[in-house]
Amino acid sequence: MSGHSTYEPKTGFERWLDARLPIVRLGYDSFVDYPTPRNLNYWWTFGGILSLCLASQLITGIILVMHYTPSADHAFASVEHIMRDVNYGWLIRYMHSNGASMFFIAVYIHMFRGLYYGSYKAPREVLWILGCVIYLLMMATAFMGYVLPWGQMSFHGAVVITNLFGALPIVGESITTWLWGGFAVDNATLNRFFSLHYLLPFMIAGVVILHIWALHVVGQNNPTGVEPKSKADTLPFTPYATVKDGFAMSVFLILFAFFVFYMPNALGHADNYIPANPLVTPSHIVPEWYFLPFYAILRAVPDKLMGVLAMFGAIGCLFALPWLDTSKVRSMRYRPTAQMYFVIFVVACIILGFCGAKLPDDQVIPHVTTFKFIDADLNSFVWLSRIATLYYFGFFLVILPILGLKETPLPVPDSIASPALSPAEKG
Amino acid sequence: MADTAVGATTEPEHGADPSRRDFIYIATIAAAAGAGASLVWPFVDQMNPSADTLALASTEFDLTKVADGQQVTLKWRGKPLFVRNRTKAEIAAAVKDDTAALKDPQTDAERVKPGKAQWLVLIGSCTHLGCVPTFGGGDYGGWFCPCHGSHYDTSGRIRKGPAPKNLAVPEYAFLSDTKVKIG
Repeated sequence: MSGHSTYEPKTGFERWLDARLPIVRLGYDSFVDYPTPRNLNYWWTFGGILSLCLASQLITGIILVMHYTPSADHAFASVEHIMRDVNYGWLIRYMHSNGASMFFIAVYIHMFRGLYYGSYKAPREVLWILGCVIYLLMMATAFMGYVLPWGQMSFHGAVVITNLFGALPIVGESITTWLWGGFAVDNATLNRFFSLHYLLPFMIAGVVILHIWALHVVGQNNPTGVEPKSKADTLPFTPYATVKDGFAMSVFLILFAFFVFYMPNALGHADNYIPANPLVTPSHIVPEWYFLPFYAILRAVPDKLMGVLAMFGAIGCLFALPWLDTSKVRSMRYRPTAQMYFVIFVVACIILGFCGAKLPDDQVIPHVTTFKFIDADLNSFVWLSRIATLYYFGFFLVILPILGLKETPLPVPDSIASPALSPAEKG
Repeated sequence: MADTAVGATTEPEHGADPSRRDFIYIATIAAAAGAGASLVWPFVDQMNPSADTLALASTEFDLTKVADGQQVTLKWRGKPLFVRNRTKAEIAAAVKDDTAALKDPQTDAERVKPGKAQWLVLIGSCTHLGCVPTFGGGDYGGWFCPCHGSHYDTSGRIRKGPAPKNLAVPEYAFLSDTKVKIG
């Protein structure tokens, strides 16, 4: 994809700069002249939307820090100060808190897109793994950011998540004490979370640059999963992708604005407007919506250490995915059987998210008592999440490896352009 | 460096003794690695509890504040601490279950001070993921953790649910019949 540059400096200044720092050339080659597959659909626009999200989070975050106080005694009050006293503080905070949700909506669509169209397959393994690293960093950043307002839910969420490390044999206890900087989640914990919440987004930005670099080396995947072969298969990035991404971003911003202006607290939890109290736990601790599937996996396993391992393993599967899928055909567009399993996988993820929001012992179908198995009624959310967890791991560890060898895919087109052009033109 | 294949004999050896140069390389790398490794520790250890946090590690408590069958929660080391004045029935239930199949086996007598069976002092942090269990819920008449459903008995021992261990008994000592020092 990185052919020789066609950039020609037009003004004297551009020629002068180009000989010293060819940054305009880099931008031109990457975002103007860069060839993109001509058949990209709107699932491909979330990369651009994600850069918008990252920029928005960085800008609003840097501003919020100018008014926030990272101290166990003042954190909650300083957030209320932002909401009530700082000029437009409410807007900037709501943009930041809802922006995190928008970021995760976009990243999940981006990831499912990659799964469906086989964007993780050779030669894009490193590109995919860098994406997984970004996702992990995003999770860490979002978690630590959620703790900063020092409300009941964020405080006890931090207690629960940091206690996960206590599940490790032998070293667990010293590791949690080390993470806390004390005997419990307290001021020291808040301060280090604040420091890291400021640092990690810049690390994300760094890995994003590597992610885009890797993308520009191997080129974009596309809905057919066939690599571009001729000039007819591609279009220049500008104006085609630029305009398309611009339109998608506008639509996305409408959704974003809808949340910010009309239902800014819909995605948060009401308990986070109660100041943190270490002596009382909220009756039902739930993470933010984007972590619910993993929370459900954690709770599905009746053993503490195994639960923690399953939760981390769920993300670990993503890293191993390029080597778990054995299919020679990249896009599931030509894999009808895989399509079916993929749809069930998406449903399983949604079910897990749903279960994560419910109390484990609650009944799925009200007023029906079935028989007890292991430690709970079969008609309970803990059992529903167990089934969905089984499918989640089964999809990665059993279905994808075996299916790739057994299935009969549909015929894959010779090139991206060929299905669109008539046989005569194909020549 | 010049191509070695061209003239092995014409190129004069730079170091008279190449093994001496290797030694310098290895020694330099070893010194740098040692210095780097020792510099890591301060950056790791700064995350551990600071001196002022450690200094606040013990507290004294007057037991006359807790009536029969009552529980008082105080904050100790940033966590809740339960001081419970157990009723005779609660003690009896706990002792009776000493022989039950326990996940983290401990007799009730091991969890209290000799002759002070009514006083149960516990760290009020669920051994699963650190939520605060509430008294009076669950299947065993003791504590129940609302977060992930761990049931503790009247001795604070784990009986059912995901928690792996009994509620921890902190280090404490009776200073007098009515006063304890915790920590």
